[in-house]
Amino acid sequence: MKNNIAFLCFLMLLFSSCSPKEEDISVVVNFTHHWNGKVLSNQDLNQLKFTTENGENISVEKLRYLISDLSLTDFKNYHLINFHENTGTSLSISGLAENRYHLTFRFGFSDQDNTDGIYKDLNSVSFGVPTMLGGGYHYMQFDGKYRNDNNDALGFNYHAIRAVDNTDPDNLKFEDTSFEVDLGSVLITNNAKIEIKMNLAEWFKNPNTWNLNELNTVLMPNFQAQKIMRDNGKTVFSLGIVN
Amino acid sequence: MVQKYVFLSCFFLLMHCTSKEDERYAPTPYRLKIPTLFSDKLIPPIIPADNPLTIEGVALGKKLFFDPILSGDETQSCASCHNPQKSFTDQQPFSTGIEGNLGSRNAMPLFNLAWNFDERFAWDGKEFGLERQALEPVSNPIELHSNWQNIGEKLENNAIYKDLFLNAFGSSKIDSTLITKAIAQFERTLISGNAKFDKYVRGETTLTIEEQNGFDVFMDESKGDCFHCHGSNNNPLWTDNKFHNNGLDTHFSDLGLGAVTGDPNDNGKFKTPSIRNLNFTAPYMHDGRFATLEEVINHYSEGLKKSLTIDPLMKQVNEGGVQLSPQEKTNLKAFLRSLSDSEFVQNPDFKK
Repeated sequence: MKNNIAFLCFLMLLFSSCSPKEEDISVVVNFTHHWNGKVLSNQDLNQLKFTTENGENISVEKLRYLISDLSLTDFKNYHLINFHENTGTSLSISGLAENRYHLTFRFGFSDQDNTDGIYKDLNSVSFGVPTMLGGGYHYMQFDGKYRNDNNDALGFNYHAIRAVDNTDPDNLKFEDTSFEVDLGSVLITNNAKIEIKMNLAEWFKNPNTWNLNELNTVLMPNFQAQKIMRDNGKTVFSLGIVN
Repeated sequence: MVQKYVFLSCFFLLMHCTSKEDERYAPTPYRLKIPTLFSDKLIPPIIPADNPLTIEGVALGKKLFFDPILSGDETQSCASCHNPQKSFTDQQPFSTGIEGNLGSRNAMPLFNLAWNFDERFAWDGKEFGLERQALEPVSNPIELHSNWQNIGEKLENNAIYKDLFLNAFGSSKIDSTLITKAIAQFERTLISGNAKFDKYVRGETTLTIEEQNGFDVFMDESKGDCFHCHGSNNNPLWTDNKFHNNGLDTHFSDLGLGAVTGDPNDNGKFKTPSIRNLNFTAPYMHDGRFATLEEVINHYSEGLKKSLTIDPLMKQVNEGGVQLSPQEKTNLKAFLRSLSDSEFVQNPDFKK
């Protein structure tokens, strides 16, 4: 009997003190950017070398976008990724428990969180949306140049915001075009690195083939264009390597 | 026992033998007067840990800013090109140095510098940090054309300055590091945030119809689309502090940021200036090419020139720009003028 109690005590001691601290592990989420399987770096900026589904050659000059409600943390959160300046592309999260997680996030802000002017860090980097379009914040600013049908290189501003119908400026009609991205189940262990991939080509491709000759600038007040961006955005993100 | 007393006496004696410098060095923290709009809308200003603001440091920086002792022949000071009554510009396309040489860039206005979050200063971003920025004009042969070592010696031989440095930094050894620290402290206090438009955002006044319509032109992506680079009611800096090619030239005689980074993709890019205080800062652009606000607005409306690095935010480039109507131009100008802060240019704290 004494032996049994001693063995139980030993087991309890073993599990209480010798097991890893499962409630305090850290992970890093890396946001990587691609064009149909090719990894992009800052070296790829400013070159008219990518071809959209519609056949236009484009360059990437500036790309920054916002995600919110990343499911790894249980509090409200948002995160600005700036590809062209290489900031915010890596996100460290600590205090997690070792477990299998359902990895989701929202592209942009939900209407509930998209309150005008309240996020000082986003105001400070001029990420806001004019009040005449309902205020709040951009979901994405993707700027570059494209070759038009006359072989002329012109600018495009693929800016995603909450869709707004401003036909009647005194009675704006909104549609929440932020969307949830579901990357499935991921086993999180200590020091895990999780890659979230953005395939820029998808913004122009699926399910709607985007024609830059028609939709290039002044897209923020374009209600239909915003809804197309949302639809195309749903296949933009995928889970990369987890290790 | 005797030994013990001797030891203790020596110990206490040593404790009291602090240097005169240590005794004098007790600077008082300076509390930056941050406008409520800034604290409500923006992240905190950048104050380097190794150069906190102190009342003594700011006062010393102000004295140095206005003192021609910093120039080679003691005829010019920082304020010669950065006049507080002109929002710290000289209203010339290019400034003239002590030997009569003209510079090649327009003197930038100085305000709200602590909110330059990337800390890249000058039109081409060549200076990282305000302290480093203050180094360059003093030794530049076409500006103050002086020698930092000589300045340090001159100030060390000046009893007033010796005292002020001792109070501000606890050092009677005066060099370029401490001088530029003091100047940078003063420059961080130059805050402009009380223009008519600020009062409007705070609910203290109303805009005229022209000003309101002009603000709409500014914020409308299909009209001026100025807000992407120049801030908004939620970014009272009225600049993104980034570098853009805004379509001034087809070919560049001045590479701007490109000359600093060596990247041809940066050629022709210059820092976005704040549109605060435009009433006091003509002429405009990095080379002062536009004498009036009308010329600036006409440039964006129909004067854009295409080049490889022109910013994608410059719209309708093939037509020369966004084609504003005469009324829209008048309105936009009225709005821009509402961002001028007379209180700032008259602030006695910023004058000699």
